[in-house]
Amino acid sequence: MQKVKGRTISPGVAEGEVLISKDAISFLGGINPKTGVCEEPNHSLYGKCISGKVLIFPQGKGSTVGSYVMLQLKKNNKAPIAIINLDAEPIIAVGAIISKIPMIDKLEKNPFTFLKDGQRVKLDAEKGMLILQ
Amino acid sequence: MQLTQEQQKMSDGEFGEAQAQAMRILVALGKIYKAENLISISSAQVSGVSYETIGDAGLEYLQDYVKKNAKVKVLTFLNPAGMDRDQWQKMSVPAVFAKKQIQILDAFKSMGITMSCTCAPYHIGIRPKVGEHIAWAESSAVAFSNSVLGARTNREGGPSALAAAITGLTPNYGLHLDENRFADIIINVKAKPKTTADFGAMGSYLGAKLKASIPAFTNLKQVPEIKLKTLGASMAATGSTALFYIKGITPEYKVNEGAEKINFTQEELISHKKDLNIGEKPDLVTIGCPHASLEEIKEVAQFLNGKKIAHKLWVCTAKKTKELSDVQGFTKIIETAGGLVVADTCMVVSPLNQMGFKCTACNSGKAAKYLASLQKQKVVFGDIEDIILAK
Repeated sequence: MQKVKGRTISPGVAEGEVLISKDAISFLGGINPKTGVCEEPNHSLYGKCISGKVLIFPQGKGSTVGSYVMLQLKKNNKAPIAIINLDAEPIIAVGAIISKIPMIDKLEKNPFTFLKDGQRVKLDAEKGMLILQ
Repeated sequence: MQLTQEQQKMSDGEFGEAQAQAMRILVALGKIYKAENLISISSAQVSGVSYETIGDAGLEYLQDYVKKNAKVKVLTFLNPAGMDRDQWQKMSVPAVFAKKQIQILDAFKSMGITMSCTCAPYHIGIRPKVGEHIAWAESSAVAFSNSVLGARTNREGGPSALAAAITGLTPNYGLHLDENRFADIIINVKAKPKTTADFGAMGSYLGAKLKASIPAFTNLKQVPEIKLKTLGASMAATGSTALFYIKGITPEYKVNEGAEKINFTQEELISHKKDLNIGEKPDLVTIGCPHASLEEIKEVAQFLNGKKIAHKLWVCTAKKTKELSDVQGFTKIIETAGGLVVADTCMVVSPLNQMGFKCTACNSGKAAKYLASLQKQKVVFGDIEDIILAK
């Protein structure tokens, strides 16, 4: 079992499969709030569903309304169960907090170098810790 | 970030879930921007008001807060909504839109927010003083309050401004701190901007060039407040200007040693003014971005007195200003000519595209940008006298 430290942005604990996006995400216009599927053309997640995943992406982009779309996803049971960003910015941070999605950023090791899609991990945002099983 | 005992209690939910949620947002932002503490604010301006911009997602978020019994702690007012609450039918706003818009406004109202939806609160007496900390969200109001009034605010987003309103607090970073309020570029104005459209074009051109830098203008004399408003609004729209200085005019003028110096010429002004003018034959002419002052409404009324216009016309303003315009008789003159004075909304956040407008005229650098990008309009740009009687 390996532990990687990060910085807590939104508290909570979740366990599940990793989904990696190498591109920044705009929840407004980028993710369908009813299905959780990425609809942004030419995006590395295009056609993939983020629901129930430990979603890893560099940071948010686009409209601040994106925070509200994250809350809609949560209410529709289509939200990711946890989020890891390289560097948090306000849209995703606020979205994660109001939707109660555990979130950390600034991992001591770049998550893109040691995580892969489908890998099972536990995110303990209470302790600011990613745990690999 | 250091929280006081009281703030820690708010954060722990001792005063209810709404305050706890608002504190979590502020603490996270404080962390991201490395703020050392939270500071008290005297007022908040919340954006994300139009149903056109926030949609059902935003409406549900606000209703969620209401369920948690959220109440604001400081004077809080709103950005323009998607329609005039009293005149939406006259504006031809679709009924489905109107219903949602009213639900949004009702949610804000039950949080204790003042039902004033304006991007120019300083025209209706909301004028924080030099050094006063506030949390305002509408980008032109942010530029005006930091620059012309000397108050201190970052460019807040909808949720962060609302969290600030609910707690009366904001994280202490960015433009709240002395060290971040120095200009890094000096603009020697060789041009001779005169009209509102001139200042709009100048701001629009410079904003795109400056991005997030803080500009200090020299060589501008006796610029009235309504033109400073337009200049700031345009820079904040094409760039992310939140603070600018003008030598001899703004209450503060602080420039970094070694700041870069550039010229802004009359040729640049003329050519950019032309570049902004893309369309012809507007379906709709709009004045009041940012919201018109009573003086500006009077100017429109004087142009239109005894005339008839071929297109629709909206003069956008704050509700309080419209009431004065009604009393002064300006509204009547504008309506007789075929126009409307619309309150608490504007051309940028109303559903113009849905309403079938294709070509819209304005004299604002900010409106020119958003009418094209958000509302998919062909834009006619020019001075009031040229656009208002356009055929």
